[in-house]
Amino acid sequence: MIAELGLAALWLAAALAALQLVAGALGLTARGAALGGAVRPVAAVQGLLALVAFLCLIQVFAVTDLSVKLVALNSHSMKPLVFKIAGAWGNHEGSMLLWVTVMGMAGGFVALIEKRLPEPTMLATLAGQAFVSLGFYAFLLIASNPFERLSPVPAEGNGLNPLLQDLGLAFHPPTLYLGYVGLSIAFSFAIGALVTREVGPAFARAMRPWVLGAWIFLTVGITAGSYWAYYELGWGGWWFWDPVENASLMPWLAATALLHSASVLASRNALRAWTMMLGVVAFSMSMIGTFLVRSGILTSVHAFAVDPERGTFILALLAINIGGALTLFALRASTVTEGERFALVSREGALVFNNVMLSAILGIVLFGTLYPLVAEAMGAKVSVGPPYFNPMSALFALPMLVVLAIGPLLRWRRDKFARIGKALVIPAMLAAAAGIGLVAMGGAGMGGVALLPLLGLMLAAGLAWASVLPLRDRNLRRTPLPVWGMVTAHFGIAVALFGMSCESAFSIEKLVAVRIGEVTEIGPWGVKLDTVEPVAGPNWTALEARLLVRYGVDGKAVRMLPQSRSFWTPPQQTSESALLTRWNGQLYTVLGGEADDGRWQLRLWWKPFVPLIWIGGLLVALGGVLALAGRVAADVRRIVARDKIAYRRERQGR
Amino acid sequence: MAIKAKHQRLVLLVIALVVLVAAGLLAAWALRNQASYFYVPSEIVANPPRPDRAVRLGGMVEKGSLKTEPDGVTIAFVVQDGKARVPVMFRGIVPSLFVEGSGVVAEGRLGADGTFVADNLLAKHDENYVPREMRDMTSQQARQVVAETK
Repeated sequence: MIAELGLAALWLAAALAALQLVAGALGLTARGAALGGAVRPVAAVQGLLALVAFLCLIQVFAVTDLSVKLVALNSHSMKPLVFKIAGAWGNHEGSMLLWVTVMGMAGGFVALIEKRLPEPTMLATLAGQAFVSLGFYAFLLIASNPFERLSPVPAEGNGLNPLLQDLGLAFHPPTLYLGYVGLSIAFSFAIGALVTREVGPAFARAMRPWVLGAWIFLTVGITAGSYWAYYELGWGGWWFWDPVENASLMPWLAATALLHSASVLASRNALRAWTMMLGVVAFSMSMIGTFLVRSGILTSVHAFAVDPERGTFILALLAINIGGALTLFALRASTVTEGERFALVSREGALVFNNVMLSAILGIVLFGTLYPLVAEAMGAKVSVGPPYFNPMSALFALPMLVVLAIGPLLRWRRDKFARIGKALVIPAMLAAAAGIGLVAMGGAGMGGVALLPLLGLMLAAGLAWASVLPLRDRNLRRTPLPVWGMVTAHFGIAVALFGMSCESAFSIEKLVAVRIGEVTEIGPWGVKLDTVEPVAGPNWTALEARLLVRYGVDGKAVRMLPQSRSFWTPPQQTSESALLTRWNGQLYTVLGGEADDGRWQLRLWWKPFVPLIWIGGLLVALGGVLALAGRVAADVRRIVARDKIAYRRERQGR
Repeated sequence: MAIKAKHQRLVLLVIALVVLVAAGLLAAWALRNQASYFYVPSEIVANPPRPDRAVRLGGMVEKGSLKTEPDGVTIAFVVQDGKARVPVMFRGIVPSLFVEGSGVVAEGRLGADGTFVADNLLAKHDENYVPREMRDMTSQQARQVVAETK
C-alpha cells in the first residue's frame, strides 16, 4: 500500500513537472501570460510530492517490506535500522529518487522565496528546472521504478554491500546529492537569464546563494567521502582518483569557479557570458558524474546498475540537457553585452586567472576520467591513476594557489603590485623558509622530500599567512560576514594543503607479520600485538586484534582494535581499520590474515598531520557557510520587512 | 598595462582558450605516457612493457603456486591464462577472496627478470563487484571464478 502511494505521488509529481514546463513556457508569451501565476505553486507542490514518494520509499525500507523488489534486492531484516533507512538510497533506483526529490524541493524552494528577479526570468528558470526534472522523472518511471513489486515474496532479502554499511553512508550521498542537484538551480537560472536576456548583477546576486549552498554541500560531501574512503577501505590513502571521486570533484571545480565569477558579476558587472557558461558547465558536470557513476560503465563500489538500457537513457538525458543548454548559450552569448572592463592587475584579473586555472584542472580531470572509456571503445584496456592526475593537476593548481594568496589583496578595476608588495613580504619569506628548511633537512640525511609535497608545504606556509591579510586594517567587529567567509575558506585551503603535503612527504608505512606479544616499531610508535580474538556483530563476525600502542619511549599504552570482518549477507570480508589521532598525526592500523606459522599480518601507517586534510576541507565549507549566512541574513531582513508590510496592508484592507 | 578597452573581451577569450587547449594537449600527452595498460599473461610474455611502466596483469592464480616468504607478508604465485605463465611477487595484505585457482588483477610493474612485482591485488569482491577486466574472461573461466569464490 505504501509502495503504491509512493508510486502515485511520483507520477503526480511528474505530471506537475510537465505542467510547470508548459505553463512556464506559455507564461512567457503574451497570450499565455495568465498561466504564469500557476508556475510557482505547481513547482512547490511538485517538490512536496517528490518528497512524499521518497518518504514512502524510506518507510518500505524501514519495515523491510520484501514484496518490494528493491527492498528484497538491497536490504535484509537483520540489518540495524539506521542502515535499513540508509539502504533506501544505497542503490540505483533509490538514489535516483533522492536526486529528483532534491531537485523538486530545490525548485519549489526557489519558487516560494525568490522574488528579486523579474517575473519572466523566474518563469523561464522554473520551466528550465521542470524540463530537467521531467527527464529524470521519465528515467525513474520508465527505466528504474523503485516501487516495483515482487511476486512471489522472498523469505529474506539479499542484504546491502557491507562496505556501505557504515554511518558515513547515511550522510555522504545525500550531502553530495544536495550539492549536485543544487547546481541545477544555477543551471536553470542561467537558462532563464539567457532566454530572457536578463544577464546582470541582480541576476548574479539572486543566483549566488544557491551556488554557495550547493558548493557548501559539495565541499562537505567530498571531504566526508574522502575520509570515508580513508578509514573504511583500509588502504591508507585519502584520495584515489577513482572515477567516482572525480565525478564529485568536477562539479566542485566548476562550482568554485562559478562562485567566484558570480561574485565578479554581482559586484562589478563583468564576466557576464563567462558566468552563464559556468552555470551551464557546473550542472553538466553533475550530470556527467551521475552518468559515469550510475550507468554501470565504470566498475566501482558506487556503480549499482549494470543495465545498458539505463546507461543509454542517462546518456540521452545528458545529451538533451547539455546539448540544449550549450546551443541556447551559443545562440544568445553574442547578445549578452560586454560588462565593465578591468586592468589585468586587478581583483577581477586574479579571479579570471583562477577561473581559467580551475577550468584547466577540470579539463585535466575530465580527460583522465573519460580516457579509459574512449580507449576501451578502441579496444585497449587502460586505467589512469595518480601518476597522471597528481602532476597534471598540480601544474595548474600551484600557480592558482599563488594567485589565491595575492588576489584578495588587490583592488577592483585597477591596481599595482607595488601597493601590496609590502604585505606579501612575510608570506613570501615564510614560504622560502619552509622550502630552505625542508631542503636542508633532506640534505642532512633526514630523508628528502619530493618536489610536489615540497612546493605544497612552501605554498601552505605562505598562503596561511596571506589568507588572513584581507582582515588587516579592518575593524574586525564591522567586517562583513562574507569577508570572514572568504578568509576562512582560503585559510582552510592552506590547512588542507599542509595536511596533504605532510601526508605525502612524511608518512611512514610498515607491513609486518608478528607473533602474539611481539612489539614492532613504526616512526615514534611502539606497537604490541596483545591478542587476536573472535567477536560478533549483528550481521557479521570478526577477528579482532588488540594492539597496545605507545608514543615515544615513556608514552602511555593505548588500546587499538582493528578487525577483519566477515559479513554473511552478502558474504564478504572487510577490514575495519583502527585509527588513533594525536595532535600531530594519526596512527592507522589494519589487521591482515594469519600466516601459516601463527604470525599475524599487520599493516601500519604513521601519518603526521593527516587530519588537517579534512579539517581544512571543513574550514573551506565553514567559509561558505559564513558567506551564505551574511548574504541570506540581508535577504531575510528584506523579506521579513516586505511580508510585514504586506500583512499590515491586508489587515487594513479588511 | 592597459589593454585597448575595445578588445578586452576578445583578449580574455583568447587567453582562456589558449590555456584550455594547452591543458587538453598536455593531458593527451600525459595520458599516452601514464595510462596503465591491461595485459593477460600471453600478451605480456609476447610483448613485454618497459620495466618502469605501470601496467596491470590479469589472469588465474595457478593451483599449487602460492608461496609465502619467511617474512610472513610477501607472497609469490603464478598467474596464467592457459597459454602463458607469469610469476608474481606481492608484499601486502591479500584480498580475502584471493585464492589459488581464482581470478586476480595485479597492478604493478614487470621486472627485468620477468617477475611481475605487484603493488596491489584486486580480487573478486562479491557477486556485484568484479574488476572490469574479469568480466571479459571466457565463460569457462568465469564459471571457474564463480565456483571458486562462492
